[in-house]
Amino acid sequence: MLEIDALATCLSTPACLVNQTTSGLIIGMLLFLVASGVTLIFGVLHVINFAHGSFYMLGAYFAFTVYQLTGNYFLAAAAGAVGAAIAGIVFERLIISRVYGQNVLMQLLVCYAFILIVDDAVKIVWGAEYLAMGIPAEFRLPPYRIAGGFVPPFYLFLVAMAVIIGLGSLYVVTKTRFGKIVRAAAHNASMVSALGIRVPIYFALLFALGCALAGVAGALAAPVRSLTPGMGLGILVESFIVTVIGGMGSIPGAFLAAIILGLTRSIGSVGFPLFVDGAMFMMMALVLIFRPTGLLGQGTLR
Amino acid sequence: MTSDAILSVAGLDVFYGASKILFGVDLEVGRGRTLALLGRNGAGKSTTLKAIAGVAPPRKGNVRLGTSNLAGSRPDAIARAGIGYVPEDRQVFPMHSVEDNLAIGAKLGPQGQDFWKLETVYETFPILARMKERRAGLLSGGEQQMLTIARTLMGNPEVLLLDEPSEGLAPIIVQAIADLIRKLRSMGVTIVLAEQNMHFCLGISEDAAVIDKGHIVYRDTIQGLKANTEVTKRYLAL
Repeated sequence: MLEIDALATCLSTPACLVNQTTSGLIIGMLLFLVASGVTLIFGVLHVINFAHGSFYMLGAYFAFTVYQLTGNYFLAAAAGAVGAAIAGIVFERLIISRVYGQNVLMQLLVCYAFILIVDDAVKIVWGAEYLAMGIPAEFRLPPYRIAGGFVPPFYLFLVAMAVIIGLGSLYVVTKTRFGKIVRAAAHNASMVSALGIRVPIYFALLFALGCALAGVAGALAAPVRSLTPGMGLGILVESFIVTVIGGMGSIPGAFLAAIILGLTRSIGSVGFPLFVDGAMFMMMALVLIFRPTGLLGQGTLR
Repeated sequence: MTSDAILSVAGLDVFYGASKILFGVDLEVGRGRTLALLGRNGAGKSTTLKAIAGVAPPRKGNVRLGTSNLAGSRPDAIARAGIGYVPEDRQVFPMHSVEDNLAIGAKLGPQGQDFWKLETVYETFPILARMKERRAGLLSGGEQQMLTIARTLMGNPEVLLLDEPSEGLAPIIVQAIADLIRKLRSMGVTIVLAEQNMHFCLGISEDAAVIDKGHIVYRDTIQGLKANTEVTKRYLAL
């Protein structure tokens, strides 16, 4: 099962190391964006958005269509984020807000129904077959050569965008009036409301922010992954692992855990290809046993 | 007093589940005056304030601020209409700094009043200015009480509802809170003060109402209440 030789060869070859690290970072950054939405929504609304993968998928398809229509990838990425945010507001107001504070099985059921409906809607609109956007025109440039490895320019863009967006959401949550209100409402919504603040609007906007993060992840994934109805499910499971390892409610925790998981995936595919998924779940189990609040988690959004 | 009442409450019934807590509560508060709502533990003082603030919505009755009836509105709408509610258990946001707690409460009053902002609050509550960076959860009980009052004032309310602000605090802190309420009164803030302790209210409020088992049983000036030993013995003596 263990490919010790292959692993040793790769780790001692700069080119292989660069390639694997790059692809690990790509996986990690997409996971980070999706997981930070999960963690934000959980931290404030105390609800696990099992349907989060659907917004990732919608973001990818919206970006695909806008790119087809305009040929402008930046516009497409923005459309992925905004489209997912709008879908998120509709989902929050009409569906998930009705099960806040209810049994988690009820929330799971409602989310699962939504996943099935959106998957079928995507099949109706875009078809059931795989779609490929391909690397956008803006990024069809020769790859950078670093220590013998190849790094496509779009990969660098993806990582940079994820870091900027991650820092941006951290800023919004910790420094802005919106973030202060939302964190206070996470702790004591009725007191915030008694101060004259329309808490449901803030909750809907926060939900939209979380979905926008998933949507932009989908838009960033569209050029490097194939699009298919149901593509949200895989990343949903992995982003839950990231959220648990990083700590529910912690954006820096999600970042750290996403990088660990991304590198585990990419380096694991060389060293222990049959046990990559197993390794991820094992890490999650270890964290749950020895540090149940996660690496950087404190139990709720602070 | 009827003619210049800024807040008038009429026929308020409140239920918690199946049990009736308030029975047709009537109250009037004149603009710029302070009304002490006195009663024993469990008499219905807190529930009355919660009903006015919309936190415990009344099943029947009116809550008029100026000309608008607020009964049945959501707590946030009532707060924006100009009623500022300070709960008895303080409920600061413990992980936020003092200044962030204040910032969350900041809004204009219903007529665009903007008297209360960070500067005026810090002037009135110098202790909060010294602690503005500190996490609210680390403040003492008395400091947290000051903070909750200040946080509600930041919303520039026309009427301030104070629920047992002296509860559980050391005598010297209680004195500081009393001084503060007097100061607010002298600034023209209209206050409804729910209290068990009549003596705390003596130098603070002009008017008094006594509540017992969910009924208003007595209404007078605070001095009139103090002189009426029959009422104080029957409804307030511990």
